[in-house]
Amino acid sequence: MTTRSRIPFFAAIVLLIVAGISIATWRHVELGIPWLTGEQQPVWMVEARIDFEANGEPVLASMNIPEQSPGFRILSEQAASPGYGFSVIEKNGSRRAEWSKRDVVGEQTLYFKTQFIPDPSANRDRPRRAPRPIAVFWEEPQATAVREILQQAEERSSTPESMTRELIRLMQPGDDNTQNTTLLVAGTNYLDLVVRMLNHAGIPARTADGLKLEDARRRQALNPYLQIFNGEEWLTFDPRTAEQGLPEDVLLWRQGAESLLDVVGGDGSTVSFSMLRQTIPALQLAAMQSEENGLGFLSLYQLPIEEQSMFRMLLLLPLGALMVAFMRIVIGIRTSGTFMPVLIAVAFVQTTLVPGLIAFTSVVAIGLLMRGYLSSLNLLLVSRISALIILVIFITAGLSIAGYHMGFSTGMTVTFFPMVIIAWTIERMSILWEEEGAHEVFVQGAGSLFVAVCAFLVMDAPLSRHLTFNFPELHFVVLGLILLMGQYTGYKLSELRRFTPMKAYD
Amino acid sequence: MGWISPRALTRMGMLNMNRRNVDYISRYNERSSYPLVDNKLKTKLVVAEYGVKTPKLLQVVRQQHEIPHFREMAEDLNGFAIKPAKGSGGKGITVITGRDEDEFIKASGVRVPAAYLERHLSNILAGLYSLAGTPDVAIVENLVQSVPELAKYSFQGVPDIRIIIFQGYPVMAMLRLATKASDGKANLHQGAVGVGLDIGTGQSLNSVQFNRPITLHPDTGLALENINIADWEEMLIMASRCYEATGLGYMGVDLVVDVNEGPLLLELNARPGLAIQMANGRGLLPRLKAIEKLKRHHFTPETRARYAMEIFAARS
Repeated sequence: MTTRSRIPFFAAIVLLIVAGISIATWRHVELGIPWLTGEQQPVWMVEARIDFEANGEPVLASMNIPEQSPGFRILSEQAASPGYGFSVIEKNGSRRAEWSKRDVVGEQTLYFKTQFIPDPSANRDRPRRAPRPIAVFWEEPQATAVREILQQAEERSSTPESMTRELIRLMQPGDDNTQNTTLLVAGTNYLDLVVRMLNHAGIPARTADGLKLEDARRRQALNPYLQIFNGEEWLTFDPRTAEQGLPEDVLLWRQGAESLLDVVGGDGSTVSFSMLRQTIPALQLAAMQSEENGLGFLSLYQLPIEEQSMFRMLLLLPLGALMVAFMRIVIGIRTSGTFMPVLIAVAFVQTTLVPGLIAFTSVVAIGLLMRGYLSSLNLLLVSRISALIILVIFITAGLSIAGYHMGFSTGMTVTFFPMVIIAWTIERMSILWEEEGAHEVFVQGAGSLFVAVCAFLVMDAPLSRHLTFNFPELHFVVLGLILLMGQYTGYKLSELRRFTPMKAYD
Repeated sequence: MGWISPRALTRMGMLNMNRRNVDYISRYNERSSYPLVDNKLKTKLVVAEYGVKTPKLLQVVRQQHEIPHFREMAEDLNGFAIKPAKGSGGKGITVITGRDEDEFIKASGVRVPAAYLERHLSNILAGLYSLAGTPDVAIVENLVQSVPELAKYSFQGVPDIRIIIFQGYPVMAMLRLATKASDGKANLHQGAVGVGLDIGTGQSLNSVQFNRPITLHPDTGLALENINIADWEEMLIMASRCYEATGLGYMGVDLVVDVNEGPLLLELNARPGLAIQMANGRGLLPRLKAIEKLKRHHFTPETRARYAMEIFAARS
């Protein structure tokens, strides 16, 4: 090995770490997986309530429901209407919820609930095929009025957007061409009129209904909006103020579809909306969405629950290994068996810390006593370890039964400790005791427990559980750090103490 | 006991554990040569070809069923040492210095029955002391009778001389004396006294026990200042020869001086400890770097030893 070969090595480490962090960041941005555990995301719960009076005939109620509202994504949909058959039907590019029932009399109420997530980048309405303006036929004297107004608007504008703005301004009462406007507006729906005029001018236009989202409002009605197609996408205008664009807190419930609500077999139907601002954990949100958008292929959430919990544990192990590497290489703590502390820490995760510590030390202490007897039996190593394993099982069984009878259900958790590892620990400790004395046993035992507790604290932190499971790619970073530590040639912390007498020779 | 700043350690060129492992052991020691030094039996055979003497081999116990033969062989022996071939750090070495009827007397003076030794052999075969817990063989060697000039400093046990050989050059040396605390063993971490030796002359420099400087041996009470190793150059040459025998670039060579046989190689170590720096009161790094900088290496052990004596001499 020469010094030259270190450059690719460090490059690879940098690559690993950068790759890990950037994949995690990408998934955070794309899938919305939160960095922290407790992160909450606002969600709007909108409930549409349909009331009508049934007149004894079969009822078919059909309501337009949103499919792609600009600035919002649909999280869930749910209909509540006892006794009604319900289905969601797609027709002519719009979605409708349909309720049906054969014999209905009296007042009826139907509910439809939808959860929306605000997302400014969602669903900009770009139809695949450009819509065409609808041919409109005007009768005199409206035809002349329309022609005049459109001519004026056209003179003052250059694009479909500015044309729309000018037209809306011209249509407001109090302007100089009041005569024309009054003639047109009289006896007809103002918004429909504007839509027809725009279509007549060769600009595809339609109406839309929007809902202003305010927390805990009930019985809200939809507000009408004007939409025009500028050749690329549908743009929304306020039909009164000519303001372009949709306010952030407005949800478009109906776009493009003909009608909001049709009820067959009922009279006096009304739709009203109530809404509530909820927060749900961002993680849950990400998990719900990853199933839909196909980006979830990297996610462990798609595994069966049983495998998931196994992976949760497995993915924590690298953190323990990192901890052991750090403690041994940089701090210089002596442990008995290199990775014994990690396995003990894994057991602690299952038993929780204090009962785990008590159980572990008592099993090892009792085991050491029994090992003293075993050593006088003059056995071969393999059978001695085997006997020790069986003894350790007896000890753990005894401890858990005794604990259970004394009312500590935590006594049962002893069984989480890896028996073979404990048996080897006892064997090593016992030999260490004979060869180097109790002091060394104490140093190494305490060192192992200390590292195990540190590893446990790292592995048990909610944040590390969250990060390791939701961002498995962060393990590249852990791997990079471990490799990097493998090249650490500096002094260990313990050596600064060990070499202290060298002060005399400095 | 306080702390020392890493800067002071760097200034003195103290070699540390991580750097020893990364920059020296893994760089200069071929993995394939490890079995040569990790197995004392192989070491004995390979160094013999290069004219390095080792204690006389009395018996090799390879299988469990050979253990009864050990008792027959031990019948007419007074002193011997049982060692695991793959043991490390002196673990599993039992030294018998004499007999009292049926019982054997250990170096510490404890009397043990033959059954104790048989169990010990059985433990060795099962791999209790071997580096990776793998099955091992036990070797029985002639007991080394240390020369009285050195033996008088040591409390029980045989004093040995550890020489660090880097690319065939002796770079640092120390004398290890057993103490009561070390149970007659010459391992520094168990409490043996380490006495730094001047590469140039074989004269003692500083002494440490448990990493702390001392001037007198804690048990024998003898001053450790004026120890002088006889035939120093010969020992350095002998240690240097082990480089040719094993090809290990960075190793520790443990020598003893026998009354009858002269200097003998006790064992080789591919991962020599760092305490030798404390015994010498100086760091290894400047010396290792001096050897690394050499453009042309000396070809024979003799020239290498002489060159080292010249440049690493403490007092000129």
